[in-house]
Order: sequence, then structure tokens, then C-alpha cells
Amino acid sequence: MSVYLPIAEVSVNALLILGMGGIIGVLSGLFGVGGGFLMTPLLILIGIPPAVAVATGSNQIAAASFSGLLGHWRRKTVDVKMGMVMLVGGVLGSAIGVQIFAVLLEIGQVELVVSLLYVVFLGTVGGLMLWESLRAMRRVRRGTARRRQRHNWMHGLPFRMRFRQSNLYISVIPPFAVGALVGVLAAVMGVGGGFIMVPAMIYLLGMATSVVVGTSLFQILFVAAFTTLAHAITNQSVDALLAILLIVGGVLGAQVGAQLGPRLRAEQLRILLALLVLGVCLQLAYDLLRLPDEMFVLERVDG
Amino acid sequence: MAEIRTRIRPFLLVVTALLGVLPPATAEERVVARLSQSQVAITTNFSGSEIFVYGAVRREAPIPAGELDAIIAITGPSTPVLVRRKEQRYGIWINGPGVQIDAAPSFYAVAATRPLREILSFTEDMRHRVGIEELIRLIDAPEWLQDDRAAYRDAVVRLRRADGLYYERPDGVLLSEATLFETTIALPANLVEGDYRARILLLRNKQVIDVYDEIIPVQKVGLERFLFDLSRSDPAIYGIASVLMALFAGWMASALFRYFLP
Repeated sequence: MSVYLPIAEVSVNALLILGMGGIIGVLSGLFGVGGGFLMTPLLILIGIPPAVAVATGSNQIAAASFSGLLGHWRRKTVDVKMGMVMLVGGVLGSAIGVQIFAVLLEIGQVELVVSLLYVVFLGTVGGLMLWESLRAMRRVRRGTARRRQRHNWMHGLPFRMRFRQSNLYISVIPPFAVGALVGVLAAVMGVGGGFIMVPAMIYLLGMATSVVVGTSLFQILFVAAFTTLAHAITNQSVDALLAILLIVGGVLGAQVGAQLGPRLRAEQLRILLALLVLGVCLQLAYDLLRLPDEMFVLERVDG
Repeated sequence: MAEIRTRIRPFLLVVTALLGVLPPATAEERVVARLSQSQVAITTNFSGSEIFVYGAVRREAPIPAGELDAIIAITGPSTPVLVRRKEQRYGIWINGPGVQIDAAPSFYAVAATRPLREILSFTEDMRHRVGIEELIRLIDAPEWLQDDRAAYRDAVVRLRRADGLYYERPDGVLLSEATLFETTIALPANLVEGDYRARILLLRNKQVIDVYDEIIPVQKVGLERFLFDLSRSDPAIYGIASVLMALFAGWMASALFRYFLP
């Protein structure tokens, strides 16, 4: 069953897109990440122009994060105050990111920059995650509890604010900066940024773990919505039809993943995710280094 | 060889234009043709299309000497395209500076009774612009490219062939009794909009004796048309609608699953 995408101007198999959305949805439900970091490379792989893949990815992330956020909202595991601070940074970062993306489109380096960013961030996050999970597993075996360092250089910064639900009294600068960085990445890489934000909130900000995922979804929802809008206006590259297919597959998959999650063991799950992230990273790195099969690329010239 | 061709082209064009004024010896043979579709609509479930082209040769006199051939070509709208060659910098492969090809057809399919080179003379190819080399124009090439123009032009042809957008079928036209001809041209699913041009060239002794020309408009219709137009004319409304659609879908999913799986 093929569908012609009006903005991407390619014909795709609807079932393939639904399936992709579904599998990534299962992963996002399992691990509490948006899955954008897998979605964008996969879309490019099946022949969607990178500009459309990135912009449409944000639209799908908005749907997935809203679906997830509703669940956390009901369980009251969202720190709205912290989310707002990160959101202000996120919207600013996203606005900058969309402009950067437009410049990259102009000079023809979208592919390169997106691939490099993926290699750097996936490599770092995947590596850290694997390291943490392995250490945690060893600790569990030894029976010692983990101690988190609560005081570091961040606590010397000005503009301190109390975040009751996160159990923190810290400067607004670090959450603002984390939000802004994630906003830029969201716009350039077409990701929600959960895979960077969640570790940053736990290890950098030291937030209470119970509110981390809900708060990150809160920030991601608004940044993804804003990024979608900005891409639609600046680059006119959001494909609504592609988005619908991804969303339908994605939200169904996410619910399946959420049901599946509690039945699997958390630490092993995290190792699985770390290996998945590292796998994508290595594949992208290999593609940058090896001799290309085709030395030329074509680009559309509009207008 | 390609360089010499480019240099003598203006001269040849004048000569061929003059020759064209003279009445050709075989003007008695004319093409009568039909296409199975006069337009192509890109709908949501568009997965390519086929155009059946058929026709006959009309004559007032007995069949002249020499072998009769036919070429049937469908070309998509010509647009500029940017070609980049990958370069290795600091160990990784990146896109080099772009070279703008001034015009290249977005689609090109040609079917003939025999390979083009055997039935179409050089000058006739240039005059009627049948071969793909005649359709890809690279005029303002940068200085550094002078020795390498062909590589960039070939890249367009190679990449579009790989995408199924360019193809040649040297034995794709069936000609019976030196009078009736037919072929089928397949249009791929990844078509772009615009006016496509269908041409039927009748040839004898490597000379074109008659040409039939028809425009086939290819257009998005229905939902495709609506979404594309909205994304261009009111990008803000399109963006807001996309976001609202996403929020609605997210809420729906959450509500449905709460209802079915409490």
C-alpha cells in the first residue's frame, strides 16, 4: 500500500512507515526516550529528503511526548516549574537551531553536520549509559547502595530557585542551559533530546529521579511543537501525511512498550538501550569514514 | 570529442536550420498518434503510472526506400540541480562545493525501434534534442571545473538512472508493417509536478521526417494538492495544524489505551 507524500515528493509504503513508527514507539515506551534519534536516520535511509525527515520527526515527537506526558501528569510526576525554566531555554535554542539548519541547507552540509552530531552525542550518551548500567549491576550484586553527589560547582552560581518537586534549591542557569542545548539539537537533529536531557537531569542537575521523565516530556512537548512550527515556516519541510503515519504507528507502539516495560528488568533494559545507541553511532561513524560508493550527490534547487 | 562538439554547435545549428527550410524529400509520411492518458493526477495512493503510446504512419504515396524507425520520448520539466562531489577532509567524507547544472529533465524515458545511435544522426539529435546529453545543460561552469564538466553531468544521469527517473529502451517500440507502432512508458512513483512532454519522432535514413508533440500535465490532486498548497501559501497555519493534529493523536492514544487497558 503506497502513499505519495506531498512535501517529500516521494512515494513510500504506508505499512513500512507505520511499522517503523510502531517499533520506535515500543522502544520509547520501554525506555522513556522519544526515539527521534532512531527515527531521523531511518527516514533518511528509506529515501525521505533529510530536511523533511528532520522537520517531520519533530512533529511526531510532539505527539509521542504529549501522549506520554498525559500519563505522568495524572501521576503528578511533572515538575512544572523546572520544566518552564528548561522550556524558556529550549524555545530560544530551537529558534537558533532552525536558523542554523537553514544555513546548513544553503551550504549543503546538513547531512555531514547531522551525522557528526549523532556520532558525538550517541557515542557519549551510549558510552556513559553502558558504563553506569554495568556499575549499577555490579553494585546490586555487591549489595551497596548508590550515593549521588549532591554538591558541585553548580551550586556556586547565582539566581537560585527552589524546585520543590525535584527536591532542589539550585541556580536557574544550568537547567536553562541544558534546555537551550537540547533546543538547538532538537531543531538541527530532529530529535526530542530526551536521551541527552534525562541523563543531564539526573547526573548534572541531581533531580529526583521520579520526576525526571515527566519533566523532560513536558519540555520536549513544547520544544517539539515550537520546532515543528518554525520548520514549517522557515523551511516548509513538514510533511503532514508522513507525520500522521508515524504518529499512528508511534503512539500505538508507545503504549505497548509502556505495558511491556514493568515486566522486564530495568538494568538489563538500560544496557540494551545503551548497546542500541552505540550501534547506531558506530554505523554512522563508519559511513563517514569509509570510501563512498557514489562520489556525487544531487540537491534540489528551489525557485 | 565533447569539447569539439560544443564548439561547433552554433555553426551546426545554423546549417541544420537552413536545411530545415528546404522541403524534405519524404514529407509524404506523417505520424498519427494517441496517448492512453492526456494527463496524470498524483493522488494519495499514486504509485506510478503507465502511458500507452500508439499510432500509425500516414502516407499518400508508396513506401519509400530505406528503413523506417520511430523514437518515443517522454521528458519531465527541466529544472536546475546542484551536484556536489564528496571530498575527504580530516579523514571523513564531506560534500564539496556545488556545481549548478542549469537544466536537467526531472524525468527522461526514451523508447525506440533500435539503439539511438543507429537510427538518429548526430545533427538531428542536436536539433531535436533527443539524447540525454542534449538535455542536460551546464553553461556557467566555474573556472576550476573546466576539465571535469563531464563528470558532473554524468553524475546527474547516473544518479537519476539509479532512481529510475532516467531510462532508455532501445528496442521498446514495436513497429509492424512499417506502419503501426506502439510502446508503453512507465512513470515512476517519485514524479514531480509539471508539464511532461511526449514526442514521437519518425525517422528514415537517420533523418527525422516527422514529429508528433503533446504535453501531458502531471499534477497533485485532492489532499496532496491541498496540503502542498497550504504549506507554501500559509506556512504558519499549516504548522499550527500539524502541531494540533499531533496533540490530538497523542491525546487519543492515551485516552484509548486508558479505556481498554485500565
